[in-house]
Amino acid sequence: MKKVLMPLVMVALLALVPFVGVQYAGLSYLFGVIIPYTAIVVLLAGFFLRLADWFRRPVPFRIPTTCGQEKSLDWIKYDRLESPAHFWEAAARVLSEVFFFRSLFRNTKAELHKDANLAYGSHKWLWLGGLAFHWSLLVIVLRHSRFFFVMVPGLTDFLDHADGFLDVTLPTFYITDAVVLAAITFLVFRRLNDAKMRLISLQTDYFPLFLIAAIVVVGVLMRYVVRLDIMPVKDQMLRLVNFSVDDPGEIGTLFYVHLFLVSVLAIYFPFSKLMHAGAIFLSPTRNLTNNSRQKRHINPWNAEIKFRTYSEYEDDYREKMKKAKLPIEKQ
Amino acid sequence: MSKYAPKLSELKKEFDEKPSVLKGDYSAQEWWDRPVEFRDGNWCFPGKQEVLADLGFANPRKWAATDEDWQLPADWQKTISDGLQSRLKKYRSLKLFLDACVRCGACADKCHFFLGTGDPKNMPVLRAELLRSVYRNDFPLVEKILKGFSGSRKLTKAVIKEWHMYFNQCTECRRCSVFCPFGIDTAEITMLVRELLNLIGVNNNWILAPVSNCNRTGNHLGIEPHTFVQNIMSLAEDIEDHTGVNVDPTFNRKGAEVLFITPSGDVFGDPGVYTMMGYLLLFKHIGLDYTISTYASEGGNFGMFTSNDMMKKLNAKMYHEAKRLGVKWILGGECGHMWRVVHQYMNTMNGPADFLEVPVSPITGTRFSNAAATKMVHIAEFTADLIHHKKLKLDPKRNDHLRTTFHDSCNVARGMGMFEEPRSILRNVCNSFHEMPEDTIREKTFCCGSGSGLNAEEYMDIRMRGGFPRANAVKQVKDRHKVNSLVTICAIDRASLPPLMNYWNPGVSVYGLHELVGNALVMQGEKKRTTDLRENPMAGFEDGGDDDE
Repeated sequence: MKKVLMPLVMVALLALVPFVGVQYAGLSYLFGVIIPYTAIVVLLAGFFLRLADWFRRPVPFRIPTTCGQEKSLDWIKYDRLESPAHFWEAAARVLSEVFFFRSLFRNTKAELHKDANLAYGSHKWLWLGGLAFHWSLLVIVLRHSRFFFVMVPGLTDFLDHADGFLDVTLPTFYITDAVVLAAITFLVFRRLNDAKMRLISLQTDYFPLFLIAAIVVVGVLMRYVVRLDIMPVKDQMLRLVNFSVDDPGEIGTLFYVHLFLVSVLAIYFPFSKLMHAGAIFLSPTRNLTNNSRQKRHINPWNAEIKFRTYSEYEDDYREKMKKAKLPIEKQ
Repeated sequence: MSKYAPKLSELKKEFDEKPSVLKGDYSAQEWWDRPVEFRDGNWCFPGKQEVLADLGFANPRKWAATDEDWQLPADWQKTISDGLQSRLKKYRSLKLFLDACVRCGACADKCHFFLGTGDPKNMPVLRAELLRSVYRNDFPLVEKILKGFSGSRKLTKAVIKEWHMYFNQCTECRRCSVFCPFGIDTAEITMLVRELLNLIGVNNNWILAPVSNCNRTGNHLGIEPHTFVQNIMSLAEDIEDHTGVNVDPTFNRKGAEVLFITPSGDVFGDPGVYTMMGYLLLFKHIGLDYTISTYASEGGNFGMFTSNDMMKKLNAKMYHEAKRLGVKWILGGECGHMWRVVHQYMNTMNGPADFLEVPVSPITGTRFSNAAATKMVHIAEFTADLIHHKKLKLDPKRNDHLRTTFHDSCNVARGMGMFEEPRSILRNVCNSFHEMPEDTIREKTFCCGSGSGLNAEEYMDIRMRGGFPRANAVKQVKDRHKVNSLVTICAIDRASLPPLMNYWNPGVSVYGLHELVGNALVMQGEKKRTTDLRENPMAGFEDGGDDDE
């Protein structure tokens, strides 16, 4: 249980820090200006340095995992996505992973039944939960762009309307808020509910889930419950976007909690498993074409190897080869 | 049955009664607290001292996995740490696969060893975590500050023992990487950890002895040139006795059009030799101008299970010999990991092969442009093309005594993508072919449980467990469609599946695809055939009274 409670406590403590800091110590400048700037710098620099760090390492061998028919004889149809022969097919394969989690869609669940019988069932819950989680997060982040522009961009307006189409509350209820919370709940509970998942999960797996949940909950509280005045928030965000270091005005404390937790997430991102967001593009089992017999793949450090040559072999076995009437090079 | 495997009834009882993570039992014990226990049947004999000396490998000594003290070299920790560092620099794959995992668990129940043992450390995610936990401790700074947060641990002798156990309970089959949303390939991790372990003399004789043999004699089995020739000639004699056709293979012949290379298991092992007879009949049938080399007499490559350098060294012989003999291109026999090497590594490592020509089938004129650079064609591609162009005279009724299913070999499936060619051949050479359940074939195929050099007798316990998912899928078609023949295109399968079938599904025999081709080929000038290449009676071809007696 420790590995679940520890991250939970950490997130709770993190949420308290700006609350105390702003409410009682009056550190609104620290939490409204210094920390957000630091976080964005760490996120951007960290993310690109990590990407660059992977990128500069060579890919010595062409090792795609072929999940479909290779391109071989003309009359055999090959699987363009799962056994790509061209660059654009491999690119489509990677994008199908990024946008639709294609490999997760394959997921099955194995069950061991009586008398040593295995059964496999389709098991798409992780795929569905993961997709719901990531897509709603993306929509939520894009929706937030309204805080960064004086004139709200068209895409943001569109997302806003689409997301709020239920139109049941005032302010309009966003579906993604509910979806992301439901998805996080599912993702946490599957780690607790299944023996395999419980065993493999580390604190570092629970922490970001709890952190994101906390960010969403505080956001929801601000919007639907406390009904925070939105104009000072937008003013402050516009100041940040314009690289202003002016003191933030009067804003509700909850906003600082929200902003601080987002900053923590941004700082945590490049140092953690969250970097899977970048790694997915570089995975050599997915982003390479399956054409290594057709076109030579170059290994930049191709190791020098001394192998046993035919003449060394013949030297050792010449007499035996003669007896077996095998042709030889030297008498 | 082997003394190294439990009785089937005992194992079934264990499956039914023993609580396991697979069946949902969570016993609050974290994976790093679970002990590693070596016992009869779950470890391979270590490399013999003379084998290590011959290869120039580290730390030759007499030891066993069950020993308390493994007599590691004094600076073993530094060797492993430095080795890991340098491999992280050379392989983006390794670095990325260690960094990217989110422990989503999609791979957890995809590994045949996990399904057969229920041991949580056989979940691919935890197998990688065995290395990842050490990597985290040594490397990224922040994770180090937050110790305990990310499950990092120190590199100790206990960790080495754990690596030896679990990176030898991985057959590098890549099934997990099919399901991983980031394509993390445990095979890649296993290959590199085995390289590291070899640096400190933690090894497996069943892998290293063939490597040493192959280096010296040209093949894993250590067959010297005269014996190699003798063996194939005796197969040719069997063919002549049986069919009345003289297949006259040639050896080390300069100027042949094609060099044929197949795993040496096909020359020496039962039932591989029947597959060899199938090749010889096929080549005779089409009049192929080919030769077999006694020097490059191994298609397989146990170097792949040792280190990438060793893989390169052993594989270099193929091009070297093709150049010396002046052939136009190379034709490769049925083998699994051989084709992972040929398809994904060979040209990068040993190429460019610009002294060879782009392979063209001399019979059909088909240009194998998919092999334009490597200049090596898989026999299933070659034969499928022949059949497609109706160049073979086949009588599939001759295989009517066989009710077949097809086992996709891991490497050919997930490291090459060859699914349709063997199936199209099989449909043309026999009348009864039933697929195993969908989740157990093609890219989702299950390993035989003994791949990647784990085919040792003393490893039988783990092998029978690891092969269980495959055997169980065979059992389903055996029960439903009375399947009695498991057809495969891999030499390790031909060696490892017969004991697996005997254990789980008695009555199912294992066949190479080209053995069935050999049965079905109607040869010019052949005598009446009443039995197949194994001299088992064929259905409907019995010596009847309607003949001229």
